[in-house]
Amino acid sequence: MELTCLSKGDGFHYPPCHMLNLCGFRILIDCPLDLSAIKIFSPVPYDVGFEASEYPSSDVSLDAQDPVQKKQKLERQLTPADLVCAEPWYKTVKALHLWEASLIDVVLISNPMGLLGLPFLTQNPGFCAKIYMTEATAKIGQFMMEDLVSMHKEFRCFYGPGDSSYPGWIKDLDSEEVPALLKKVVFGESGDDLGSWMRLYSLDDIESCMKKVQVVKFAEEVCYNGTLIIKALSSGLDIGACNWLINGPNGSLSYLSNSILVSLHARNFDINGLKGTDVMVYSDFSCLQSAEVTENGCISPNTDNNYLSTISSDNKDEDLAASLLNTEDSLEEMEKLAFVCSCAAESADAGGSTLITITRVGIVLQLLELMSDYIESSSLKVPIFVISSVAEELLAYTKTIPEWLCDQRQEELILGEPSFDHLKFNKDKKIHLFPAIHSPNLITSWQEPCIVFAPHCSLRLGPSVQLLQRWRGDPKSLLVLEDGISSGLALLPFRPVAMKVLQCSFLSGIRLQKLPTLLSVLQPKIVLVPDAVSQRIDLSGMKINSILSFSENETLHVPRIADNTSVEITTDLASKLSWRKLRQRENFGIARLKGGLLMEDGKHRLVTGLEQEESSGKARPLRYWGTVAQEPLLGALLKMGIKGSIEHSTSENGLENSIIHIANPSSGLIETSEMCTAIVAEDKNVASQILQGIDEVLDGI
Amino acid sequence: MDHVGALPYFTEVCGYNGPIYMSYPTKALSPLMLEDYRRVMVDRRGEEELFTTTHITNCMKKVIAIDLKQTIQVDEDLQIRAYYAGHVLGAVMVYAKVGDAAIVYTGDYNMTTDRHLGAAKIDRLQLDLLISESTYATTIRGSKYPREREFLQAVHKCVAGGGKALIPSFALGRAQELCMLLDDYWERMNIKVPIYFSSGLTIQANMYYKMLISWTSQNVKEKHNTHNPFDFKNVKDFDRSLIHAPGPCVLFATPGMLCAGFSLEVFKHWAPSPLNLVALPGYSVAGTVGHKLMAGKPTTVDLYNGTKVDVRCKIHQVAFSPHTDAKGIMDLTKFLSPKNVVLVHGEKPSMMILKDKITSELDIPCFVPANGETVSVASTTFVKANASDMFLKSCSNPNLKFSNSTQLRVTDQRTSDGVLVIEKSKKAKIVYQDEVSELLHEKNHVVSLAYCCPVKAKGESDNDVDLIKQLSAKILKTVSGAQIHESEDCLQVGSFKGSLCLKEKCMHRPEISSCSEAVFLCCNWSVADLELGWEIINVMKLNLDNTCKVKGDLL
Repeated sequence: MELTCLSKGDGFHYPPCHMLNLCGFRILIDCPLDLSAIKIFSPVPYDVGFEASEYPSSDVSLDAQDPVQKKQKLERQLTPADLVCAEPWYKTVKALHLWEASLIDVVLISNPMGLLGLPFLTQNPGFCAKIYMTEATAKIGQFMMEDLVSMHKEFRCFYGPGDSSYPGWIKDLDSEEVPALLKKVVFGESGDDLGSWMRLYSLDDIESCMKKVQVVKFAEEVCYNGTLIIKALSSGLDIGACNWLINGPNGSLSYLSNSILVSLHARNFDINGLKGTDVMVYSDFSCLQSAEVTENGCISPNTDNNYLSTISSDNKDEDLAASLLNTEDSLEEMEKLAFVCSCAAESADAGGSTLITITRVGIVLQLLELMSDYIESSSLKVPIFVISSVAEELLAYTKTIPEWLCDQRQEELILGEPSFDHLKFNKDKKIHLFPAIHSPNLITSWQEPCIVFAPHCSLRLGPSVQLLQRWRGDPKSLLVLEDGISSGLALLPFRPVAMKVLQCSFLSGIRLQKLPTLLSVLQPKIVLVPDAVSQRIDLSGMKINSILSFSENETLHVPRIADNTSVEITTDLASKLSWRKLRQRENFGIARLKGGLLMEDGKHRLVTGLEQEESSGKARPLRYWGTVAQEPLLGALLKMGIKGSIEHSTSENGLENSIIHIANPSSGLIETSEMCTAIVAEDKNVASQILQGIDEVLDGI
Repeated sequence: MDHVGALPYFTEVCGYNGPIYMSYPTKALSPLMLEDYRRVMVDRRGEEELFTTTHITNCMKKVIAIDLKQTIQVDEDLQIRAYYAGHVLGAVMVYAKVGDAAIVYTGDYNMTTDRHLGAAKIDRLQLDLLISESTYATTIRGSKYPREREFLQAVHKCVAGGGKALIPSFALGRAQELCMLLDDYWERMNIKVPIYFSSGLTIQANMYYKMLISWTSQNVKEKHNTHNPFDFKNVKDFDRSLIHAPGPCVLFATPGMLCAGFSLEVFKHWAPSPLNLVALPGYSVAGTVGHKLMAGKPTTVDLYNGTKVDVRCKIHQVAFSPHTDAKGIMDLTKFLSPKNVVLVHGEKPSMMILKDKITSELDIPCFVPANGETVSVASTTFVKANASDMFLKSCSNPNLKFSNSTQLRVTDQRTSDGVLVIEKSKKAKIVYQDEVSELLHEKNHVVSLAYCCPVKAKGESDNDVDLIKQLSAKILKTVSGAQIHESEDCLQVGSFKGSLCLKEKCMHRPEISSCSEAVFLCCNWSVADLELGWEIINVMKLNLDNTCKVKGDLL
């Protein structure tokens, strides 16, 4: 088995990407897009005079926490004018372009975010891999891609149809004056990222991509090529997000994507299904972000920024399973959500609107639920708007998937109640869904202050751009951003921002402290962890055969665990085998095999084949072992009417040789030594009779 | 109902405490049906209740909901999986596997797509046993369209004449199917007569249908994005006061078969009018009013409490049922090709006919056990062995053997290079033939044949390279498909090696030779190429004879 980490990704929106070589099959796991990179582009200007960037750059205070940006400060401040004014291109996983698309056998998509880059891959004419993902991932992922395309359309309308072959903006960026930060995003650390920029796919591309997808049900077992049995188990991250269990003839492998052990909305992390695999690939890189937070303690709030950060919890000694499933994390998540709600309510009280740019489906659903509860219980009368081209379909879809909801919501759904509280309000028209900001009915129902959910979190695409431009000067209004997006660059074109900014980070993976406990519950024989993880946590005390660490763009070879592969033989074939008893070995039985070896359900199977029955009856042995005893051989030959005499000799190299001379019925001789026997005879029949004699004194098969 | 009815009794009264699995829709809908059933039993018929409402709630708490195709490891040995069965919302076929043995239990299923549910869908599985329902073991249904049309015409005629149409049906399945049909028809014909749903149960069931859209037919699923097909345009809730309201209407009322409850009450009021219509979908159990109506054309019907009702209304039997017909059972059996079939849930005579059909047409042993009877069938088991890498490697390459005794035969016997070794009280091993001796801690012993063969009379000055070339050309002529490697003084075919022997006296040379002065090729070949070796020797002997003859002629 081989694992190559193509990209370690960046948080929820840019999941890691791996290439796995298993049983000779190339398996690509996830195919994401680095959407944070589009922040180098300037949003479509809606204000007159926006482009003039009348704001002096000295006003722009960048996020001082980012050490990279600190360095940039010495060079030159980034100004809105530095941003690229062109139709955006999208950054894919660079290392994936180094692989021949036609040689990929299987693609596994573990969550909707991992699907966003797939149309780029399937566009390739040679691409012929089987694509597996859960039904919910396919559905939500398709909504997200379609939303992306529809949001991108605004750029296309603004800049007009551009030259598709080579983007002119890259040329302009390759000069000395361009700030290093932008250059780093465009060209990458090592300066070779240029090839990873792609023009966005079209709706047709999405459609043809989705046609190639084979959706799987929750915990359905699918068999690839008779060899690999692939099963998707919920990871708890979001609706439809899953971990993979792959069973093959050489053992089992579990792939852990970013997982949340106890989820507030989606089905919990499936622990039982992943227990005791031979190899576990732990690809949860989420600790890279949370660890930064814990190192710095809490990010100190900026003057106009109000941060909500993760609180590092004490790692107590807890029971294994109990600690994994304790609700501490989810309570914390709940508090964060409640805090967002209260902030929104606060600003609504003060007469300001709230813009929520979070696009994580689960978070949006929970926020919608909390907000509508909050509004219901308080005297506050603010409308909630959800503006997205796919909002209606997406919310409708979440009503129909009981299997992906957490137990409590499942119960509610089964009792005939809405799984999310906001669904009630939706009916009462307290939540308004609109496909776009220019929807005809929007203006009639529009009232401020309001709470708006609008994509996209990069603040470059979608209705959020217009709303942000509308409210940025209003100190009473609130912008809710997701963490992991360097707010400095994101907010750059909207400076100065007078509105409050709330940056939240939500749990998007397993906490590092939980990893040892998780490993001792899952008990894999070999575990592969990212080097970034193994550097941060000491796993040497674990009762695991070996812990290997892998790093980005390096191929890790994993030794096979089982020495011998199992083969199943059908009983009717086993009964047809002709067994040989061995001399002086009562306990042994040996038989030459028959039939055909198949690969079926991930197992080698020996079944009755198409072979015609050998007419000669008992096949003669082809391999012998032991030594020939001369006297019994003579006796056996005599029975067949062959007479011989023994002559001992020693050959030149000192080996004992004995020769049996045969005189009758025709001349011949048998030359035997410890290791070999040669039959010399002119007559074919005599030779085969001698062979029969040897069969009687020598074990063979 | 017939599948879940006794569950609370089983878990709460009998004390079953193992796991219970249900599909999501079944889990959602069965408490409603159970409660309805309990109420009918107790309130209307005055029977003693077998279980209480609390029993139902407690029982449902123990149920684990499963999704289609979700593979569940119940315990170490047992694995179960549900497949879509059509029939009613949430109906599944269950695949169960223990060790190597696997069965499918179908419950009720439907092999044809209907308006709101899809047809049963299952993977091609390797099964030891298929247990199939056989409610309609001998019926073969034609197209459903004429029957649908008849039904629509009957209802239309009734309401056009100002009559009221009563459709007693169970809350799930037929009600939705017929309602979709009527709603469509109403839309098409622009009929404004109201359609009513009687009970809260049906309304609730409709709500579940909306939620569990993924369990409905493809058609419904596709439409659901734009318009929910269960949001009927012409359907309204029924109020008790509307029983005597004037004007035509269509009413779906529970329970089916007119056995009790609201549908019977409405029937009591509507039956005497000749304008009205009672449409009975599906099957009615003997003893119910529904059965009496279908059995003949009664003018009066006894209700359960002794009152008689004059029946002057029209009766229409709607002959579509969500059960599969004989063709469906045969199709499923043929598709799955199990090793054995057991038929259940049907009437004995027709089951016997179907059994004969399965045995004769599909050649599958079929059983029709009576209640309490046990059937034993053989189950699949595999002999498990560990295979060595060398064996697997040798098996990954084709090992084609050609033989043309009468006609060219190509056989691939790569597995025959493998050897199965069994040692008492140890797991069987499969090794490549060369590895056997190692496994037995023995040394290999090579048995080969050798013969120093005279090939040509000595004397001519032509060099040996030509001789080898001549020989190989001749060998190629007689031994088809031989791959010959030749060098200066030797040639090789498979394990057959021959090299020119210059020794005065070779051990492998027979003492008496037909040509005393000859060139010899010392040959050696293994037992594997026994026949090949002799064939080549024959070729060379012929060569010798020819050269001797030539020499003799020359002399």
